[in-house]
Amino acid sequence: MYIDVYNILILSGINIIMVLGLNLITGVTGQLSLGHAAFIGIGAYTSSLLMMMFNVPFGVALIAAALMAGLIGGLFSIPILRLRGDYLAIATLGFCEVVRVIFTNMKVTINGEVQRLSVSLANIPQHINLPLILILVCFSILFMISLERSKFGLALRSIREDEVASQMMGIDIARHKVMAFAISSAFAGLGGALMASNITAIQPIDFGFKLSIGILCMLVLGGMGSIVGVIAGTIILTSIPELLRFAAEYRMIMYGVVLIIMMVFRPRGLFGNIRVNV
Amino acid sequence: MLKLDSIQTKYGSIYALKGIDLVVNQGEIVTIIGANGAGKSTTLNTISGIVQSIYGRIEFDGVDITHMPADKIVEAGLVQVPEGREIFPQLTVLENIKLGAYLRKDKHAVKQDIEYVTSFFPRLSERFNQLGGTLSGGEQQMLAIARALMSKPKLLLMDEPSLGLAPKFVYGIFDVIKKVNEQGTTVLLVEQNATLALSVASRGYVMETGKIVLEDKAENLMNNESVKAAYLGF
Repeated sequence: MYIDVYNILILSGINIIMVLGLNLITGVTGQLSLGHAAFIGIGAYTSSLLMMMFNVPFGVALIAAALMAGLIGGLFSIPILRLRGDYLAIATLGFCEVVRVIFTNMKVTINGEVQRLSVSLANIPQHINLPLILILVCFSILFMISLERSKFGLALRSIREDEVASQMMGIDIARHKVMAFAISSAFAGLGGALMASNITAIQPIDFGFKLSIGILCMLVLGGMGSIVGVIAGTIILTSIPELLRFAAEYRMIMYGVVLIIMMVFRPRGLFGNIRVNV
Repeated sequence: MLKLDSIQTKYGSIYALKGIDLVVNQGEIVTIIGANGAGKSTTLNTISGIVQSIYGRIEFDGVDITHMPADKIVEAGLVQVPEGREIFPQLTVLENIKLGAYLRKDKHAVKQDIEYVTSFFPRLSERFNQLGGTLSGGEQQMLAIARALMSKPKLLLMDEPSLGLAPKFVYGIFDVIKKVNEQGTTVLLVEQNATLALSVASRGYVMETGKIVLEDKAENLMNNESVKAAYLGF
């Protein structure tokens, strides 16, 4: 049996960056987002189109993708600041669908040719290699660790625990949530840009709620709020479908079974030691 | 220092406060006593901005704080120790304490103050790395007070600090309230244990169904026949 370890490592690395982003808003701050696929998509299209339409270098396109996703994430969070739990989940899910439909109806001009984004955007320049992914993953992990240990990170965790009590500490809840959403979305956007360049062809349906749920599963399996958990959960759930390719369509059953077993025996995830009330 | 002028607060269509006038002067311990549901906690929550009043005016240090967001009121120096010890259960004791100093920029002084506030509650310093939620009820109340003191409040609002505590903890906590007050913090104390509250306070207000029905010096309230009968139990 042939296992493409190189490919699994690259996919895991890209997913870790996205899941770290989701962990900041959902695991650390306690705001359940089912809309992160939208920010991944915004990042993917931003970097791909910048490279294809304006020949922007890959590095610049990556940064632009993160900034664009972060900006939209921050702006999007303002009207939904008051929402919590299932209401927030539904609002973010709605946003995810809206973004997907916008992409579906967009037209772009590449090399003088008008192209609809509803069909697959192909021939995205491939710039992904393992060292690059490793560097970005290390950067993301270090960034998240230092963020969590900072005073800002402590304030985010206090918001997860109790919003009213946090406010009584003098914490400006709205500002912190917007910042957390923006940073979280920026990492999703960065991951999206890497994903697009790795698979070199994307279409709007790739960024539907299935992707949102997929990265949420990785976070839940590893343990919300735990960076070690993010890494473990992401590698496991990224590997299972790849390792079980021989099982063809049965592999998704295995994927589901792993999740069910986990939730029954370790509901806080592999490395999670906190209960997150989202 | 704090002045409430005909404050009215509603929950849905029900008036919880029907026009409260109340004054707290610098350096005092003032207590609000009254039965369950009289509106004591609502009064504190309205002052600290967790609940919005629909009528009236609240002034703190000469500034109108009636419609200020709760976090800005904390910034102004008015801090509440909430009822039922709303500590952060999944953060460590030390993290809880540090959050109290969230608005302060003077890192060095914050370190000294951690020692200062835990000198009131030595038990806490033994449990710095334990999660807040694993503390006993009395210890959680200590933590909530220590956390509030970390912000160096000018005025401390305390909501039922004795609630559900063993007697030995209750006396300890009231000792700390006295000490904190002697060191310059003004205190507004809401209590069901009226005897204890009046014994530390200089003045008191008696609340009934959303109104203040009596206001006097603490020792006069202690000797007031109707207060004795209704709240002191003798």
